[in-house]
Amino acid sequence: MKKNISSAHALSWLVFLLTGLPVQTSAQAQDLTTAWISSEKDNTISLVDLAQGKVTATVPTCKRPRHMQLSAESKQIMVACSDSNAADIIDVATRQSVRRVPLGDSPEIFDVSVDGKTIFVSNEDDAELSFIDALSGKKLALVKVGKEPEGVKVSPDGLTVFVTSEVASMVHVIDIASKTIKKNVQVGKRPRRFAITPNGQELWVSNELGASVSIISMKDYSVLATIPLALKGARSADITPIGLLMTRDGKRAYVTMGRANHVAFIDVVSRKITDQVLVGKRPWSLALNADESRLYVVNGLSDDMTVVDTAKAKALVSIPVGRVPHTVVLAR
Amino acid sequence: MQSMTAFVRCMLLVCAAAALGDQVQAASWNVTILEHQHAPALERVRLDRAYLGHPGGPAVDGWSQAIEDARFELEVSRTQINWKAHQVASLEAARSAALQAEKAGHQALVVNLPASWVAVLASAVKMPVLNVGASTDSLRETQCQRNLLHTLPSERMRSDALAQTLVARKWPQVLLLTGASEEDRLRAGVAQASLRRYGLKLVAERPFKLSTDPRERDLANAKLLTTGVSYDVVWVVDSEGEFARALPYNLQAARPVVGDAGMVALAWHAQYERFGAPQVSRRFAKSFKRPMAQQDWSSWMAGKAIALAAGGLAKGGAPELLRALNQLSLDGSKGVTMQFRPWDGQLRQTLLLTDGQAVIGTAPVEGVLHPQNNLDTLGVDSPEKRCPNRP
Repeated sequence: MKKNISSAHALSWLVFLLTGLPVQTSAQAQDLTTAWISSEKDNTISLVDLAQGKVTATVPTCKRPRHMQLSAESKQIMVACSDSNAADIIDVATRQSVRRVPLGDSPEIFDVSVDGKTIFVSNEDDAELSFIDALSGKKLALVKVGKEPEGVKVSPDGLTVFVTSEVASMVHVIDIASKTIKKNVQVGKRPRRFAITPNGQELWVSNELGASVSIISMKDYSVLATIPLALKGARSADITPIGLLMTRDGKRAYVTMGRANHVAFIDVVSRKITDQVLVGKRPWSLALNADESRLYVVNGLSDDMTVVDTAKAKALVSIPVGRVPHTVVLAR
Repeated sequence: MQSMTAFVRCMLLVCAAAALGDQVQAASWNVTILEHQHAPALERVRLDRAYLGHPGGPAVDGWSQAIEDARFELEVSRTQINWKAHQVASLEAARSAALQAEKAGHQALVVNLPASWVAVLASAVKMPVLNVGASTDSLRETQCQRNLLHTLPSERMRSDALAQTLVARKWPQVLLLTGASEEDRLRAGVAQASLRRYGLKLVAERPFKLSTDPRERDLANAKLLTTGVSYDVVWVVDSEGEFARALPYNLQAARPVVGDAGMVALAWHAQYERFGAPQVSRRFAKSFKRPMAQQDWSSWMAGKAIALAAGGLAKGGAPELLRALNQLSLDGSKGVTMQFRPWDGQLRQTLLLTDGQAVIGTAPVEGVLHPQNNLDTLGVDSPEKRCPNRP
C-alpha cells in the first residue's frame, strides 16, 4: 500500500480519538482485497472485490463524494463531499459511516497534517486553503490562494503544504506554522494533482491544459523540469493529465492523461515516458496493489475502472462501477 | 453632448506575496470599456424575456469578474490594472471616448457596441480593441483590423457548430425560416454557407413575419410555414427572438427546431458541467445575481486575456500588449486552450449546444477534424483569406 506518511498518521490519530484504542505507528502490510471508488453522481462508494472483479457492495455516503484517503491500518476511509461541504469518515470493517467533519464550502482535495490534528482542504469556490480541526471540524485558519484551488499535499516533514490554483497556474507553497504563502511557483496551465518522490526531493504536479508534468525542487521550490506528455496520434490539446502516483521505490510515476484515455508510465530518473496504456474514457485517479503488480485506474466518463498489469504495461479488464467515479483507494 | 455615465474603479494592488525573490517592476495598465447606453438587447422588457443567446446584462460584469479572479496573479506579478467603464449613446460619443482614452495613454479598449461602431473605433485607434459583444462576421472579414480581437464567437462559428451537429445526428434536410430584418438576412446567408460547408441540404428557405393578420397567415402561421416539404429540422434565423421562441412543438411535422430556438450554439451556458465551468458560473451568479450568459463569458475572457498578457510584461505600451495578446494561450474553462487566430483576430473556442435547460453537446463534434487544430473547423479558416488587413 502506497501511502503518504502524513495522511497515514492523521487517520490513525482519528482512529485513536474515536475508539480510544492505541494506534500502531507503523503502516503494516495488509490484504488489499477491495477497491473503494467514490461515485460523484451516485453519492455512494462502490466496493469492487478485486478477486471477483466486480462491485459487490455499495456504501452510501455524503453528496458528491470525491477525494478519499485511508488510515494507516486501513481501518477508516475519509471521503470529501463537495456538495455536502463535509467529509464522511467510514469504518472499513463495518462499511458504515461513523461521523462527519465539516470541511467548508465545496471541498474537493484534502490532506492531513503529520500530527493528524489538522485537515488541509481546498475550497474551490472561495479560493482558499482551509485548515480544519480534524476532531471538531472547526475552521482554524484560511489562506487565500489563486482561484479554483485543487490539489493539496503536505510535505513529508510536515512543515509545508502545497496547493495548486487552476486559474493562476501556480503552486502555492504554504508554511503551516505561520499560515502564510512562502512562495508561488508558476507551473503549466491548470495544475491539478501532486506526488512527492519517496526521497522527499521532488514535487510532481500534473498540468491539465499544459499537457505536462512540472517537477519542483523541494529545497528551493524552483521548477527543475517540465515533462511534456505526448501520445502517438494525439495532439497536445487532447492530452489532459490529472492523476499522479509513484511507486514505493520512487522509480516510476503513473500519470493519467484525461481526454487521451491513456495512462503514461514515466521513468522518474530519466523523466522519460516508457509506456502508455489505453484505459477507459477520461481516466483520473489511480491506485496500486500491495506488490505494485496491478494498477487500478478509474475512468470518469466511462463509469468504469481499468485494471493494468504494470509489468507487461497492458490493460487486463475494465470493471463497471458507479456514475462518474472520482477516486480509487485500495483497502480491505 | 454625450451623456456619459462613467464610473471609475481602481485596483491598487499591494504586493504581498511576491516579496520573496520576485523583484519585478510594478507595471500599471489602463483599460477603457465602452458600452452602448441604449442597447436594445438590454432594455428591461428584452431582459425579462431572457431569449436564449441574448445578453443578460452589461459587459462590465464579466470584465470585473475576470479582474477579481486574476487578483492573486496580478499581485504576484505586481501588475496593476486600472479600468474605467463608460456608457456611450452614439457612435460620435464612442469615438471621442476612444480617442480621449488613447490620448490619455490607455493601452486597451474593450467594446460592447454595435458592429458598425466597432469597425469605426478599431480603425480610429492603434491600441488593441477587444470586441466582446458583436458577433457580426464582417468585423472578422472585410472590416477586420490588426488591433481588433474578438472573444465572442462569430455568427459563422455558431452556424458551423450547428451544422456539424446536424451532420453528426444524420439530419441533413434543412428548412430555413428567416426574419425580414437586415441582420436576419445576413445571418441566414451565413447559415447557408455552413450548410454548404458541411454538405447539408437546404430544402427551402421561407420568410416569416410576426403577425396575426389572416391575410398574412402564410408568413405568420408556424404550421403553414412548415408544411408542403419534407425536412429533418427547421433552422430558424430570428435575431429579435419572439417568433423563434414560439416555434418548437408548433411545426406541422414532428421535427426539432435549431438556430435561434430549440437547439442553439453558444459560447457559454450556466448549466455547463465540465472543465471547472460550474465554478465560473457560480462565482458570476454570486456577484451579479443572474446566470452567466455567453456575452458574460466573452467579456470575462477579455478581462482574463488582458490580465494574463499584462501580467507577463514588466512594462510597455499598447503595441507590446497587442503582441502579448496575440501570443496568449487562454484557459476559458471549456477544457481546451484557446488562442486569437492570426488570420482574423477571433478567439478559437469550443461552442456549447443548448436548449436552455442543459448543454446537449459541444462543437467541434467528435470526428470532425482539421489539419492543425480542430477548433478551426468552426468559423472562417486561414486559407479562405477573408481579412485583407492581416497576414
